[in-house]
Amino acid sequence: MKFKMKPGRLIFLIIDVALLLFVCFLCLAPIWHMIMASISNPTALNVNTKLVFKPLKNVDWGAYKIILKYKKLWRAYGNTIMYIVCSCALTGLLTTIAGYTFSRKRLYYRNKFMMFLAFTMLFHGGMIPTYMVIRKLGLVDTPFAMIIPGALSVFNVIIMRTSMQNIPIELEEAARLDGASDLKILFKVILPLCKATFAVIMLLTAVAKWNDYFSALLYIPTKSQYYPLQMVLREILITSTSDIESTAADFSNNANVYKKAIEYGSIVVSTLPILCVYPFVQKYFVTGMTIGAVKS
Amino acid sequence: MKKEKKRKEKPEDQFFNSEFSQGYVQGKGFPGFLHNLSLDIRRNKMLYVFLAIIVTYFIIFNYLPMFGLLMAFEKFNIVKGVFGSKWVGLQHFKTFFSGPFVGRLMRNTVLIGVLDLLVNFPAPIIFALLLNEIKWNPFKKTVQTISYLPYFISSVVAMGLVINFTKAGGVISSLFSFMTGGQSENLLNIPGWFRPIYILSGTWQGLGYGSIIYLAALSGIDQELYDAAKVDGAGRLRQCWHITLPGISSMIIIMFIMRMGSVFSVGADKILLLYNSANYEVSDVINTYVYRLGMQEANYGMSTAVGLFNSLIGTALLLTSNAILRKLTDTSMF
Repeated sequence: MKFKMKPGRLIFLIIDVALLLFVCFLCLAPIWHMIMASISNPTALNVNTKLVFKPLKNVDWGAYKIILKYKKLWRAYGNTIMYIVCSCALTGLLTTIAGYTFSRKRLYYRNKFMMFLAFTMLFHGGMIPTYMVIRKLGLVDTPFAMIIPGALSVFNVIIMRTSMQNIPIELEEAARLDGASDLKILFKVILPLCKATFAVIMLLTAVAKWNDYFSALLYIPTKSQYYPLQMVLREILITSTSDIESTAADFSNNANVYKKAIEYGSIVVSTLPILCVYPFVQKYFVTGMTIGAVKS
Repeated sequence: MKKEKKRKEKPEDQFFNSEFSQGYVQGKGFPGFLHNLSLDIRRNKMLYVFLAIIVTYFIIFNYLPMFGLLMAFEKFNIVKGVFGSKWVGLQHFKTFFSGPFVGRLMRNTVLIGVLDLLVNFPAPIIFALLLNEIKWNPFKKTVQTISYLPYFISSVVAMGLVINFTKAGGVISSLFSFMTGGQSENLLNIPGWFRPIYILSGTWQGLGYGSIIYLAALSGIDQELYDAAKVDGAGRLRQCWHITLPGISSMIIIMFIMRMGSVFSVGADKILLLYNSANYEVSDVINTYVYRLGMQEANYGMSTAVGLFNSLIGTALLLTSNAILRKLTDTSMF
């Protein structure tokens, strides 16, 4: 095909716009489908085989009434929020001091130590040896297993270091002449100037923790009181081992009818908050991706 | 000439050319090292406190597991530990390579890794190029924002949706049976379907998000180049070929080689959600096998051995792709 001529250009643009609209449809349709399906009439939903664009038959909040009563999901919700807050705090602290240390040019051995860190990007112990170490530390089956391993990543350290390196050294020298210590220089002078990078790292950490089910599967497989949200969702959606229908016995004696609606409802409950904050944090992700790519 | 300069300049030289070098010695072997280290610590006390924390963390969570790889050569007993367990040498590797699963695992890992690369690497680039042709900003911005959305749906939810849509009577499964006129079946139970479903679910999740950096690179191309090309009578296609693609080619090469390095480390987490005993034949990869063997069957030694084999391949690939990257673009990851 050649787009040299005006009509050709027009055809191309029409196809282009159509394709892009199709991509948008594919991205939005499943999300809209699950919202509408969750408030559909459950009996109609169970025999439905098409995308649901408006509630089937009538609006039915039954699934949400069951979900609201399902304490396990809400506890997991709380756990996930706690894991996110703690991980962000720990990652933020460790990455900041690491970034500061490795960006100080006065440190003679900084490149040697950086190589010590970077080697772990190249080679790693793998699943079982890591599990054994965490087990030996007594972290298995405790909430700490969800927070401490993986809190400090070389990638984040590199981003932070790059960002701190770009701050003029005169600022540090001036602060030092005023008698400021390293701690003061770092948290009062340097860190406030790296807010954007810090925000990006926090955001990436938060999203990674929000999505993480695998660490829970490895390190707290049987401790359901510490489960993060994704583990409970896994029980409902993937393994069908959840007891959510039986907890609803007092609500209606045919709670099984709601099985499908509950699946969609629990997705909505757990995904909607993210989708609501997402437009506001979106630009940070764009910055984050660009920093990462430029660095490598 | 450029290369000569680069080889000469070592990080140490940079340090000795700076104002901080006073008192440090160059060369002089071990005594020199001790002198430099003690001076370094005295001058940067707080930094060494920080370093102690960071290095301890890395020793515990990254280097101790490497030491734990010794388990791969032992009949590992969880009570006796790494030191007390019986040494069996390469027995686990022999068992694995003569076992019934090695062919299946290698085939699946390579196929899924390569297919994923072939489909999900170019997809964001094509998407970015298509989006770049649109000059009306509100539309462009809206499409972009919508296309990132699936990235924020967690793997568990995304795979839950996939399972829901492809089971008998599900949306995709019904649509497919409607088109072919057959019965609506659980597509995941049909071996031929697993890989396309896995790969395309990855496309759905990553298309928009992956296009971010290409769009950033595209917006960095000088608009005057296009104007000049228009004056010279170049059509859109030629503009794309001679200006747009060269403008983002270095980014494409870097991203490609970075992905090449991890092509065989197909992660276990997504496949674990999607696979079932009906499709093991096409879905079981090395990492899921490592998980099942180690975490479910408690066969730690063997599991570590298989994991070690996989991460050695990964390291080799990463080093190779890094060397290629350095040759081609003069930039590298290490």
